[in-house]
Amino acid sequence: MKIVVCGDGKVGSTVSGQLSNEGHDVVVIDKNPNVVNRSTNNMDVLCIHGNAASRAVQIEAGVPDADLLIAVTSEDELNLLCCLIAKKLGAKNTIARVRNPEYSHELKYIQDELGLSMSVNPEYTAALEIARSMRFPSAIKTDSFVHGRVDLVEFKVTAGSVLIDRMILELRKIASVKILVCAVLRDGKPIIPDGHFVFKENDKVTITGRPTDLLLFFKEIGLPYQKIKNVMIVGGGRITYYLTAMLLDMNYAVKIIEMDEEKCKQLAGAFPKANVIHADATEPDLLNEEGLQNTDAFIALTGFDEENILLSLDAQSNNVKKVITKVNRVNFEHLLSKFGVDSIVSPKYITANQITRFVRAMQNSIGSNVETLIRIVNNQVEALEFVVSPTFKYQNKTFSELKFRSSVLISCIFRNNRLIFADGNSTFQSGDHVIVITTRTGLDALEDIIED
Amino acid sequence: MNKKMIYRIIGLVLGVEAILLLFPFVVGLIYQEAAMCFLLTSLICAGLCFLLTRRPPENKTIYAKEGFVIVALSWIVMSLTGALPFVFSGVLNYVDALFEITSGFTTTGASVISAIESVPKSITFWRSFSHWIGGMGVLVFILSVIPLEGNNRNMHLMRAESPGPIVGKLVPKIKSTASLLYTIYTVMTITLIVLLLIGGMPLFDALCNAFGTAGTGGFSILNQGIGQYNNLYYEVVLTIFMILFGINFNVYFLLLMGDIRAVFKSEEVRGYLGVIFVFIALITLNLWGYYDSFIEALRQSSFQVASIITTTGYSSCDFNLWPQFSKTLLFVLMFIGSCAGSTGGGIKISRYIIMLRQIKNTISHMLHPRSVKLVQLDGKTVDNSVITEVFAFFAVYIIIYLLCIIIVSFDGFDFETVTSAVASCLGNVGPGLGLAGPMGNYGMFSATSKLAMTLAMLFGRLEIFPLFIAFIPSVYRHKSSNF
Repeated sequence: MKIVVCGDGKVGSTVSGQLSNEGHDVVVIDKNPNVVNRSTNNMDVLCIHGNAASRAVQIEAGVPDADLLIAVTSEDELNLLCCLIAKKLGAKNTIARVRNPEYSHELKYIQDELGLSMSVNPEYTAALEIARSMRFPSAIKTDSFVHGRVDLVEFKVTAGSVLIDRMILELRKIASVKILVCAVLRDGKPIIPDGHFVFKENDKVTITGRPTDLLLFFKEIGLPYQKIKNVMIVGGGRITYYLTAMLLDMNYAVKIIEMDEEKCKQLAGAFPKANVIHADATEPDLLNEEGLQNTDAFIALTGFDEENILLSLDAQSNNVKKVITKVNRVNFEHLLSKFGVDSIVSPKYITANQITRFVRAMQNSIGSNVETLIRIVNNQVEALEFVVSPTFKYQNKTFSELKFRSSVLISCIFRNNRLIFADGNSTFQSGDHVIVITTRTGLDALEDIIED
Repeated sequence: MNKKMIYRIIGLVLGVEAILLLFPFVVGLIYQEAAMCFLLTSLICAGLCFLLTRRPPENKTIYAKEGFVIVALSWIVMSLTGALPFVFSGVLNYVDALFEITSGFTTTGASVISAIESVPKSITFWRSFSHWIGGMGVLVFILSVIPLEGNNRNMHLMRAESPGPIVGKLVPKIKSTASLLYTIYTVMTITLIVLLLIGGMPLFDALCNAFGTAGTGGFSILNQGIGQYNNLYYEVVLTIFMILFGINFNVYFLLLMGDIRAVFKSEEVRGYLGVIFVFIALITLNLWGYYDSFIEALRQSSFQVASIITTTGYSSCDFNLWPQFSKTLLFVLMFIGSCAGSTGGGIKISRYIIMLRQIKNTISHMLHPRSVKLVQLDGKTVDNSVITEVFAFFAVYIIIYLLCIIIVSFDGFDFETVTSAVASCLGNVGPGLGLAGPMGNYGMFSATSKLAMTLAMLFGRLEIFPLFIAFIPSVYRHKSSNF
């Protein structure tokens, strides 16, 4: 497909890199010549230097016959203008990033009136992901499928865990509930395990199951499962704004530490129930004074990756149960993991995944569509949710009759409000939500996982 | 430094060469000549290819440094192996063979063979075919057919091999850009072959002459050059196609996209056609007395100007006998060259445009020290780093030229011969003046001079810097400090 990306910042370059790797023809427009040079050299994309909202520049980039335009410049208004012009020029689909909280309630209206195919709000999505993970105190990362009825949770096998040296087949003896192990990250390499896989210390294990079952599972293997009651957030940016609203809704006690007085006032005005503190979180003893030891969850969301990492390390050493770190710029996940900074949120990946999912669904508008695309285990494994369409040709055949392609695992099937873990006798039926785990990239239809 | 990836790509280059060597082998079989030399060389290349590409490297990332080194080494390795058929068939010794094939790949067209008509057809074919391969570049070919998976940085390869100060992509994917370039190149070559066949040229001659024109190479397959046909039609067709192959291929891409104005908008193309027009006019006027008629003077001058400015180097007559003014103009043309992004060599018109504009800005800056001036090309501002690179290129070009003259002057030939021969090699033109003129050849030079000129040809084709970088030892060291 022909895709034009306006804005080559953090999100822009991540998205264009992913899409180009999936084989699309990507043209990138940015107004900074240095950025354009860098992308020309490092990515298989065509870069154009200019103002993305200019009609002439868009024509040069080939917008009139593009399948998709993605506007992710730093300005919301510019993004909307880019999409508006692209639509008039004949681009088939447009996606804009709109992240100003003031517009967040009007998004639906804007989207419909301007003819946007989708709008993305990385900060809102990141906040949603963080809020969701509050339900599992011991998880590194939480995602959900089928509108929250199936969860995908990653946790770390720590020293002394009952899982160490046990095989996956033995899980039944340890825990009573049914869950499925999807993928394991060991020494930086992703593994899709079979029943004879043996757990080791420091494995990062991703499992799926019903939310209630997963909570029970954590309890049974001896991981902390007490509910989180209070949350401390450092940094009062856009994510904090969205997150606070969600957390207060879920009845958590929220404390926000922010350096800028103006921002503090805005937050205090918007959320009277939250406890807003105007201070520099890196000041010695400030966090202790504000009760870091008694905090259930600590979330570092300042604009500086370095500060977030250091603050998280501090929180970890104070035995805070759940620590979440925003890391947006640097890509040192393998190093951070050594220090125990495991729960990392990076809005640019979340957005890139959202857009990639949209593109895959666009590519295949007839087959069984990708409902959800989640990248797990350091973005090396994809978890995809497909809905089986009525025309799916392998219906009513048992799995033992079908030949699945290698490195593909059918995690589970959600049918009529029931969760089914697949075995040889399972079948695909129309309307099923199927969750597939794979190290392949670029799957855009359920048909792709079966060899003819 | 990702050495494994360097080995792998050089291995692929050898693999491609092994396949290309089968073409002259087939020609040899058709003409019932001893063509085993090609099969043998092909097997050697295939063997080396197998050894170098046996284990795919885990880390496939290459950066700018690897890009330059790969391009430089590929061309050297290609020349070293491509010379073997000449040696195996007993036509030339190794130094001569190396000169001949480097001259072929770099699309120079300078030859050490005095009587080409007595050489086997398959050898003649391989010489001319090498022009066609070298014209667009073998790495661009590899980029267009072989997916170098998991690597988005192939732009470094493309940039190092393609001539010109600014190398861009035509379409988002490098693979598609490269194959588009090759498609345009192939279609134009086939058109030329057909036109020559229509004019009654034998197939073998049409192929060889078309390869020489397309790559702007200029190896002649006749002792007296194109002039030996004494056919106006051939000369007109070749003149037009030489000029066409000297134009930036991006223009053809824009034409394909239906943007006809692009041709006239491109300042480089306008400058190129302008220079051709002025030089043809001046030489025609100068030759009016030398030839009997104005038409004859125009015919010879236009062919020769097109041949030299595009750095092809075909000759329709012995321009060595022309008046000094015309000869000097041809000598100057050797330093001008064709457009960037074409198959031609030389310093390139766009570099001159950039340099002249920067000089104008410098003067204006002296008069108005606070003025802010930018160099623009086709309405786009040229980055300062590009301007610096252009001036550095020009300076190094002249330095290499002078050094090479000094080495070649040891042989004791006259000044005209030495200066023009080196200018011709460095600019990838082919014939020089004096003893190295269109009716002479390079056979009389010593082995040292031949090697110096071989290097000069590579410097000219790869536009100096990639080869320079490949010769800096610390580039290869793990603990390299400055480079």
